[in-house]
Amino acid sequence: MRSYVLKRFGQAALVLWAAYTVSFLLLSALPGDAVHNRIQNPEAQISPDQAQVLIEYYGLDRPLWEQYGSALIAALRGDLGYSLTDGRTVTELVGAALPSTLALTGLALLFGVVFSILIGIVANYAPWPSVRDVVGSFPALFGSIPTFVVGILLLQLFSFGLRLIPASDDGSFVALLAPAVTLGILVAAPLAQVFTTSIRSARAQPFARVLQSRGAGQAYVFRRGVLRNSSMPVLTLLGLACGELIAGAVVTEAVFARPGIGQLTVGAVSTQDLPVLQGVVLVAALAYVSVNFVVDLAYPFIDPRVLTKGQRTTGRRAGPIAVAGAIDREPAALPNLRVPRRLPVEMSMP
Amino acid sequence: MSIIAVEPSSADREPLNGAADGASRTAPSSTTAARWFGSHWVLVISVAVFAVALLWALVPGAFTRYDPIAIDNGLKLRPPSAEHWFGTDLLGRDLYSRIVYGARASLLGASIAVAVAVFVGSVLGAIAGWFGGLGDTALMRLIDVLLSIPGFLLAISIVVLYTARTGHAGLVPAAIAVGLTTSATFARLIRSEVLRVRASNYVEAAITSGATTFAIVRRHVIPNSVATTVSLIAVQLGIAIIWIASLSFLGLGAQPPEPEWGLLVSDGRKYIATRGWLVLFPALAIVAVVLATNVISRHLSKRAAR
Repeated sequence: MRSYVLKRFGQAALVLWAAYTVSFLLLSALPGDAVHNRIQNPEAQISPDQAQVLIEYYGLDRPLWEQYGSALIAALRGDLGYSLTDGRTVTELVGAALPSTLALTGLALLFGVVFSILIGIVANYAPWPSVRDVVGSFPALFGSIPTFVVGILLLQLFSFGLRLIPASDDGSFVALLAPAVTLGILVAAPLAQVFTTSIRSARAQPFARVLQSRGAGQAYVFRRGVLRNSSMPVLTLLGLACGELIAGAVVTEAVFARPGIGQLTVGAVSTQDLPVLQGVVLVAALAYVSVNFVVDLAYPFIDPRVLTKGQRTTGRRAGPIAVAGAIDREPAALPNLRVPRRLPVEMSMP
Repeated sequence: MSIIAVEPSSADREPLNGAADGASRTAPSSTTAARWFGSHWVLVISVAVFAVALLWALVPGAFTRYDPIAIDNGLKLRPPSAEHWFGTDLLGRDLYSRIVYGARASLLGASIAVAVAVFVGSVLGAIAGWFGGLGDTALMRLIDVLLSIPGFLLAISIVVLYTARTGHAGLVPAAIAVGLTTSATFARLIRSEVLRVRASNYVEAAITSGATTFAIVRRHVIPNSVATTVSLIAVQLGIAIIWIASLSFLGLGAQPPEPEWGLLVSDGRKYIATRGWLVLFPALAIVAVVLATNVISRHLSKRAAR
């Protein structure tokens, strides 16, 4: 178990380092004259002294690899540089924006999981075929409606139409509900799609039929066998969805005029504040990497065979990458989803 | 540019052929044709929706007589009527006409995005899959890293880089950004297809009989990977439409007064309480076309799996 954890941790650290490098090359190295542009911009009103400080701070007079080295070391200390528009540090700006976005994404994830479980169960177990079909088409429908459209409609419906929630963010929990549902629908689309398919395939496996032929009811088979077997791909996808949550928050926060990482991004984009943008990209990558690390740690509890790879006889665990390849990263992209065949998880016969 | 023009129509033609195949196979009696339609009506509607959007994009002038950009202050914010089907916007422009012309921006953007993604993804995936070894490992690790940065944020970053240089955003740079970010998906798919075909007996036989790599790729690898790739192209078209619309909504894609569906929704937002149609119709256009591409893609991937 320990070597498994260490290996996963090493992988997570490696991906994060590489993500930092990509964002450095893209946003710091490539537009090397972004700082110069800002200095020369008459609107910025930066004095020559301040300009010299900026140039020295970003090390623009030094070779690229030296800039990269010192930037990486500074980043490890939590120093991501200064915003180009106001003098505050990127860490401070991101830190100030994070709590609001975490509340939004956290609640959205909860909604997304609840929606997808409901859809997965109803689409497979509803007694009427027409209900199963209609509910089964929800994931594709959810994935086809742009987040900003969902947001605008919910805002209109709940704030202006029904007057249930305040139209602008007043920091209350109620104001969080509509944006969280908006974002939750975005996440629910791929999760529900995968959950529906994997419940179906788990139900078709021999162990489910054996259980049923021994007289177990649908509910028992679902609880003891199907649920566990169908939750692995969903868990993998959950890890992937967390990165998308932050990207989705950009659009959602813009629609609902909520403060947070999204508003920070939109602001940084309009002023071409590249250090802030790099900070946002890094936070998103950090969120993705740490959630996937936690998901990796959760695998053995759901399927102990993950730890005993060598003894496996058939089947193939759906790693994050395999699932990513099969379904892409957007809700609608589920063309070739094949849920891997696997042995039923250890369970006692009734 | 020729690839760009061909992409959507090929995705469109496939299911039509499929429909014809299915019909001719079951043609002997009209009841079986009716039964075929009964189980495929969603597909038929989807193909029709996509075909209409494609025609709008190709010959918008044939569907509307109003100029999508010309301002007429006497016609501000009119509700839908026989004269103006979807009403008019703040500047008196006919909304139906703007949506028809908007299909051009949205579909062109999506086609560029998918063409870029297919090109970059195929080259990378084919190299990785065919030659294997260190290059393969390095490329696949790079893709893993790219996947750890949310695609939409990456696309935003690329657009900002472009804006920082030129001073303005635009539809084409947004489309290229979306294409570059989604090329990882194609690289993965093409690589796995190449690996699958490469391991087959007929490729081994071709290698033994002295065929060149180029000939094998042309005669075996490409024909055998087309079906799955086309189905991914269809679904990616839908995704690209959503992403480009979202970028435009944030002000990072198409710029006013160009009619683009995301931009139309963004413009109509201010009047949603009293003039809901300004948001509703462009939003419906996006949802209908994206749903259609999803359904078509699903049908194609089912056929590919058979």
